[in-house]
Order: sequence, then structure tokens, then C-alpha cells
Amino acid sequence: MMTLPAVEVLRPGSVAEAVELLRDKPGARVLAGGTDIVPNLKYGMYETQHLVALRGLSKELRYVREEDDFVKLGALCSIDQLSREASMLPALADACAQIAGPQLRRMGTLGGNLCLDTRCVYINQTYFWRSALGFCLKKDGTLCHVVKGGKRCVAAASNDTAPVLLALGASVRLVSPRGERILPLRDFYLQDGVHNTVLQSDELLVEVRVPVRARSLKQAFGKLRMRAAIDFPALNLAVALEVAQGAVKSVALCVSAIAARPALIRGLEDLAGRPADARVAEELARRAQKQCKPLTNIGVDPEWRREVLPVLVRRTVSRALQD
Amino acid sequence: MSVGKRFPKVDGASKADGSGIYADDISLPRMLHAKILRSPHANARIRRIDPSPALQVPGVVATLIGAEMPEKYGVIPWTHDEQALATDHVRFVGDEVACVAALDERTAEEALKLIEVEYEVLPAILTPEDALAHPEIKVNERAKVGNITKQVQLEFGPVDEALASAATIARQTYFYAGSTHTPIEPHCAVARVDADGNLTVWSSTQIPHYLQRELSRVLGLPQAKVRVIQPLLGGAFGGKSDPFSLEFCVAKLALKTGRPVKILFTREEVFYAHRGRHPMKMDVTVALDREGRISAVDNKILIDGGAYASFGLVTAYYAGQLLTGPYRFGTYRFDSKRMYTNKPPCGPKRGHGSVQPRFAFEVALDEAAEKLGIDPIEVRRRNFIGEFVETVNGQKITSNGFLKCLELVEEASGWRTRHGKLGPGRGLGVAGSMYITGTAYPVYPNEMPQSGVLVKLDRSGRVAIFSGASDIGQGVNTLLCQIAAEELGCDPRDVTIVAADTDLTPVDLGAYSSRVTFMVGLAAREACLKLAEKLRVAGGANFTEACQRAEAIEGAPLAAAGGYRTQKLGGDYRGGTIGASPAYSFTAHVAEVEVDEETGIWKVSKIWAAHDCGKALNPTLVEGQIEGSVYMGAAEAQMEEMVYDQRGLLFGPSLLDYRIPTSLDTPDLESFIVESNDPGGPYGAKEAGEGPLHPAIPAIANALHDACGIRIRELPFYPQRILKLLRERRDKERAA
Repeated sequence: MMTLPAVEVLRPGSVAEAVELLRDKPGARVLAGGTDIVPNLKYGMYETQHLVALRGLSKELRYVREEDDFVKLGALCSIDQLSREASMLPALADACAQIAGPQLRRMGTLGGNLCLDTRCVYINQTYFWRSALGFCLKKDGTLCHVVKGGKRCVAAASNDTAPVLLALGASVRLVSPRGERILPLRDFYLQDGVHNTVLQSDELLVEVRVPVRARSLKQAFGKLRMRAAIDFPALNLAVALEVAQGAVKSVALCVSAIAARPALIRGLEDLAGRPADARVAEELARRAQKQCKPLTNIGVDPEWRREVLPVLVRRTVSRALQD
Repeated sequence: MSVGKRFPKVDGASKADGSGIYADDISLPRMLHAKILRSPHANARIRRIDPSPALQVPGVVATLIGAEMPEKYGVIPWTHDEQALATDHVRFVGDEVACVAALDERTAEEALKLIEVEYEVLPAILTPEDALAHPEIKVNERAKVGNITKQVQLEFGPVDEALASAATIARQTYFYAGSTHTPIEPHCAVARVDADGNLTVWSSTQIPHYLQRELSRVLGLPQAKVRVIQPLLGGAFGGKSDPFSLEFCVAKLALKTGRPVKILFTREEVFYAHRGRHPMKMDVTVALDREGRISAVDNKILIDGGAYASFGLVTAYYAGQLLTGPYRFGTYRFDSKRMYTNKPPCGPKRGHGSVQPRFAFEVALDEAAEKLGIDPIEVRRRNFIGEFVETVNGQKITSNGFLKCLELVEEASGWRTRHGKLGPGRGLGVAGSMYITGTAYPVYPNEMPQSGVLVKLDRSGRVAIFSGASDIGQGVNTLLCQIAAEELGCDPRDVTIVAADTDLTPVDLGAYSSRVTFMVGLAAREACLKLAEKLRVAGGANFTEACQRAEAIEGAPLAAAGGYRTQKLGGDYRGGTIGASPAYSFTAHVAEVEVDEETGIWKVSKIWAAHDCGKALNPTLVEGQIEGSVYMGAAEAQMEEMVYDQRGLLFGPSLLDYRIPTSLDTPDLESFIVESNDPGGPYGAKEAGEGPLHPAIPAIANALHDACGIRIRELPFYPQRILKLLRERRDKERAA
């Protein structure tokens, strides 16, 4: 069996205690549902000596409620719970329902999914395998096996909730021993596969806030994967459209599972005023394809992903417009 | 009576509630845990190896290197080409180099990193084409010529003449990708040496007897001092029918330390142990005469074998020898070459050697029939070889229910009204196949029975059956209970099975080649019949009383033995016995697919599978085997592939990256049992565990053709490949 490196598990009872532990134990990592970090630890991807387990914060951080013009989602909501309880944000509920399989959805959390480490066929492997490869940029090595001569890690954001929440204009509340900050999610992710968020080592993502107006947006989530469950996305995307009298007022489209940062498709402002119809879906598909370059970081043929991307966008937009 | 009835598996409840004892559930006092160091290079010489730094780690008890047991082994006596730990040459990424035993797994794993190995890295041979092109780079020194494990060239009848006069010919190249078994249970072995020096190895193996022989040879112990026990097994599918490194390592370390030792493979290590489906490139020619009869089949097969022979000698034969039914071939020729390459060794995966050529042939047959305007089911019916006939290569077919199989799937799928008429993106395809029910000859030549069963009756009314056979989930232990109940008149629940323990049970050669139901079934029936006669003579109001009376008459405990004696079968030519079986099973499938022509994404909506198993001794188990086989075949068509990079590194040796279908990806399955009542089999039974896999892949390929006019000749049928073929089809249409 694969062994877990020796780590000390710390069990804080509150957010305040948790972030103090993160500050006091350098290199400590957060353990929520464990569905990402446990296999990664077995793969020797982290040098961590301490895990800060959040189970004791469940009461504090497991809620879905509306207040102050926001739908507020506690970071420890399970993915399974949101697939059922986030029905006011249908694209989010749909994305959650398509993550992994039933057992993993019950363990995995919203905060964990948003902070999911980037993935690449060359990094999510055992220590032995990576040693045979000669390691890579993200951990223990200097070479990138995806982009020859690449100096920046292109491991891909593979979380399914991120594109939805980005398209819906969500923010995140981050707490550290120094206080808290609220950050638009679009400022949360970085284009760096080694560490693709602005989260500080002593900071905890505790809440997601989605503007209440997102409930009235035409929205849909689309996912390409090679099998119908227990598969990370080969592509995922979310679209949110504000439609009035049959015309697009605004549109946000986010495509991910391509690079370290989920991509909000740029320059869509000029679509305002267009009829909300099949042609706008085509146009969004065209623009998304232009701005997204699938790589070999995900073990699914990049040429095919590039070819299927506009089809997936068009179909997802059409689905959003139908509902 | 019990045979032919649905009866739950005797070990079903213990598997479901977790109380069953698998190899990894065995934990002995003072037991050590060992880990194996593996080569990071696909091809390298070991210049120097020093395990001593690992011994300095607190908690490490012993180390082991190849020089301590250099004897070569292998499942086939003529191709001993493996070492438990390499002494001087590593041949694939993951090849075993050294081993450490410690108080716990983590300590052993950490200590492995301290073992010093100096390699001289050699160029790696990663394809069979390269293996042919570079005979000077030896993957495995056992190969006499270049890198060829085995080449078989056989011709039956004047093939070239038949080709010259054919009405139509389909000639294409096909590629079948390698896949692996993915049993739920990783390989695990535990060894213990007692105070008298007797070695016991508990292992998740399908071949306790062969393992006992190889352990004895490699460790230099008399066979009588080596005991192999197979506990409950969590899936095998052919992936546990070789002796493996871990079994020798735990045994040697137990001898060395005097303490019990366990190794449990990680999932990654299971991928390196492999022995899965061989990648094959096949140049297939199928010729039909004007009436649509198969006048010639010619197949040139290049087999990618990986670093060791495993069953490869047999693979090279099976790839050709098992294709000659259920259709009559006018003439037949094949040339198959199994090459050594620097990758994990391939071996027998469910449908060993014959799944790949079956795919190519059944697609080619469809294509040739189409050229003549003959319906795919009709062409198969027209070429039916018949019952009690000899194939073109001298195999004796006995019972043959193939026509009934075809009829059932034709009817159930609504073929006549639906084939060719489902509209764009949906289609039906058919395929047939034949498979062996055991092989006439044992792996090592001998005159002793292939299978033995002892049955003992007790005055309490309890029956004990001692059987060497491995229940690997196929349900042989359940069948033994049913056979005892059938012949002795006892309750099948009052039967104790003692199985697969080389000290306690008679020899059975193992759970491979679909031999167990047939051979063990006959042996068990023979033993039971002897006792039944004694019970009949004794009389009595019930079974228990009959046992008591019979024991009184006997004046000794009541016991009897039965055996399956090897028959002389097969063609009178070199290799003619390989693929010769006492009975053949037959299968037909119809598959229905749906294709999204914009993305190439497709799915199998349904497979109708009819299988001639002779007689279903337990219909539930037979249906389970049909469904499991169809799932596994469809999986290979859909997504399974062992992919390597340019270093010979297996991409993603995990169940996340090596995708197998989930329940959501699994088609609706409808299975039909056909009973042709074979005169040679126990109660008329033949095999059901491997045959039903074969037609799934070509039936799907043929359905894809019906759905959207493409011929896919390369596995897996990835959506990107479908999309490319669709584009080519459209380009061709536009040009025309």
C-alpha cells in the first residue's frame, strides 16, 4: 500500500485557532475533506510536517444562507451538499454534481475545491515515477515536460466550482491572524502552476459570496471528461448571461482545465445588446477557442480538446439560454 | 437437484461484509513488511549495487538483492527469463532491483531511497518495430534471434491460390492497444518459515502449483518443504497467473530473518507487474468467394511483449490458432512474432492472445461481406463451421451452439428491422467468437492428472472437498458444493471446501485457459460418483444416516478421489497441440452505439450477448461471467490503454489516469445462455469466463460503422479518433 508520510494532525476548534496554527507551524497545510491533499501527500508532493484539520470548524463554516445581497456559502459545505442545496445557483449545483464520485463528493468541500492544487500528468504521480521522469518545475525539478524550455509551471486548475463562481462574479472571504479580507475571485487565482492562488500560508478561505443578482442570470456549466464519473475535467466552463427582452445585457464566460488560472474570456462587452440566440452562442464559442490553448498538461489529446472546446461552449451557452 | 440451479456464491457473504480473509488480511506475530526498489530506467546495466546503507535505518531488519537468488524463473519451463531481483540488467521502468524488510511499510519505503545503485543506461527498445530493427540491442538475453520471444508461421491449405480466385478481399492493418487487468485487490504475499524449515507462502495467485514449483527451484528448497496457500482472491483475470517477484522476496526474506514477511503491492506496482493484453499490429486479409464463404484468411501479427516472456510462447500461438471457428476457413495462414521490448511484460489477460486477432478478423469479415452486399449476420451464419467437426488447423470442435447464439442476439436486438436503419449517429454491429475450455496439455509435460479432487464424508453429514483449484471469483468453490449436492444428495450448504493449499489439496494446474469448471468439475463428479454408489448401497432415511451406514460398512472413513486426465488432442504438426481444447465455447454479440458526430464522443447503449457454455451449472454465475466479460471488452474498446512516454515510463500508473469505465460508462447488458450440452464436459458444461469477452470489441466497431460509416481499426476508439475518421469520411464524400 502507498504509505502516508509521518505528519502531525492538529485539530483547532475555531477559525481563529486554525489560522494561528497555520502561522505558528511553518509549512503546515490545511486538511478539509482530504480528497486532494491525502493522495498528494502520498505522492510526496509536499514536505509538510503538520496538517491543520478543519473538522472542528464544521459548525462554523458549513452553511448556505442569504444575507446582505449575497448568497453566502461556508467553505466547509460539502460538494455533495451544494449539489443539492445550491439550487438557487443552478450552474454551481450542476458543477458540484459532476465532481468525482459520490463518496468523494461527500468528503470534498467547497473551500477545498477552490483551493485544489493544480494538476498535471507529470506531477500527480508517485515519488518513484517522478524520479524516473527526472522531476519537474512544480516540485523537486527544473524542467517542464509540457512546454519545452518552459520556465513557468503550467499545471492546470482543475476545480469545477471555480469557473462557475468566476462567471457568477463571486468573492471569497480570507481570514488570517492579521484580520480578514474580501477578494473578488477573479483576483484570487494566479497564472502560476506551482502555487496558483494569492492565499498566504497563514490564511484560510472561509466563505464564498455570490451576489444575489446571480440567481437571475441565465447560467450553465459544461464539462468535458473521458468517463462519466471520477474524472477531472479535460475542459470545464461556465457561462452566465444577463438577458432582458430577448437581448444580452452582459455575459461572463470562464474556461478552465487549461492552465494554472481559470480564464475569464476577455472582451465580451461588445456582445451587449445582441439577441440572446444561437448566434451569440457561436460567437462566444469562437472567442473562447481563440483565447484558450490546451496543452499536454492534462492527459487528454490537446488537439481534440481544442477542437471540442467551441462545441462545448456553444452547447453550454445554448443550455443556459434555454433554461 | 443442485446442478443447473441458481445458487449464491459460497464466499459471497464474506466478501460483502468484509469478513473474508484476503492475503493482506493475514498478519502474523513478529511479521515484517517489505518494499521493493525498482529501476527508474527502461534499459540499463547494473554496475554496482549496495544495499547496506538501508540497513542503518532504525527499524530495517534485512535487505535483499538479486545475487542472493539469481536463479531464473518463468511460468513456462522453456522460457525462464525473469529474476526476482535483477542481478545485472534491468529491462523496464519498474523492474525489481532490491528489497528491504522493516518493522513497518513506511520505514521500508524510506530505506529504499538509501540503497545505492549505479546504472549504465542503455538505449531502450519501446516498440516491436524497433525491436526488429535493432537486434543488436538485446532487451532480454534469452532471445535466440534478435529480440524475438517466439515466432510461429503456419499455413493450412493453399492460401495464395484461394486469394487469387476470391470474389472479394478485405485487407487492412489493425492495431490493438495494450491494456491491463486492474483487479481490485493488488498482489499480496506473506511468507513464514516454521521451526523445521518448512516454508509457507500465502499469495494472491491463480497458480498455487506452478508457484510452488518455481519457489522450490529458485530458493533451492525441496518442493515438499514449500507450501503455497491461496486465500480469498480479489480479482485476477489472468494478472495473477505468473510467479511474481514479491512471492520470492517474502519467501527469501522469511528464510533470511526467521520472521514472517509481507509485501502488498501498491496500485502503481500492479501496473508494473502487468501481464496484461499484448499490443498487436495485425495485417489481416479476409477473402470471400462469390457465395460469401471464407476462402482464405491471412494474418501477419506483430506482438509487443514487454521485457519478459511470461506466457508469450503460448501467446504467439494463440494469436493464430484460436481464430479458426466458429466459421469454416477454406485456407488459413498466420505469421505471428512476439517481440521483447523494454516495457512491463505482457501476459494472459482474459481471452489470452485471441481477443486482438478476433477484433481484426470480425471487422474485416464485415467489410468483405459489405462489398458483396451480404448482411453481417447472414455472412456469419453462412460460414458456420458446424458441430463435431475439425477446423482447418486440426482442432476438434465438439458441441457448437453458435447458430443459436446468433439467432438470439439477432432477435433480441431487433436486427432485421433496425440494422442500417437507425439513422445518423446510431447503429448496430454484430460479431462472433470461439474460445477454448482448457488446454489439452499442461504447462510442463507430465502424465499426471491436470486436476484432482478429494471428497470426504463425515458421520455428522458434513462433506469436505479438497480441491487444488483457485477460486478467483469465477465461483469454482460454489460449483464444487453444487456437484457434491447433485451426486451425493446432501445440502450444498453442508459442504466445506478446502481449496488451493498445496499441502492439503490435490494438484490443480491453476485458474487459466478457462479450464477449471471443465476439468475440476469432471474430477469432482468422478469422486462424488464413487461415494454416491457407497451411499446407495448403504441406504438410510436421510443423507446423514446414509453416511453413517456406509462408514460402518466400509470400516474406515469414507473418502474418494477423482481426477481429470489429459487427453491427446490437436493437429499433427509442431505447435498443433497449442490451442487444442477438449471443448470450445461460442459467443455472439450485437452492440448498439450512439455517436455525437460533432465531438466524436460515443457510447455503447446496449450489448446483447449470447454464449454457448454447454450447460450452465449455475446460471447466475454464468450470467455474471458474461456480463463481466462484456464489460471488460467494451472497456478496452472505449478507453483502456497502457501509454508510455519516450523513456518507457508508463503514463499514469493509477486508476485515475488509467481509466476504466465506471458504472455510468457501462452499457446496458442483456445476456443469454445457450446450452449445447457438450458430451465431454461435466453435465455438458464448457467455459464461460473468457469467451464472452471477444465479440464485444468488433461488435462495437461494426456498430460504429453502421452508425456513421466509419471503419475504426485502432483501439481504443477514442473520440478524437472517431472525429478524425468522420472528417475523412466527409472529405471523401465531398470529393466524390
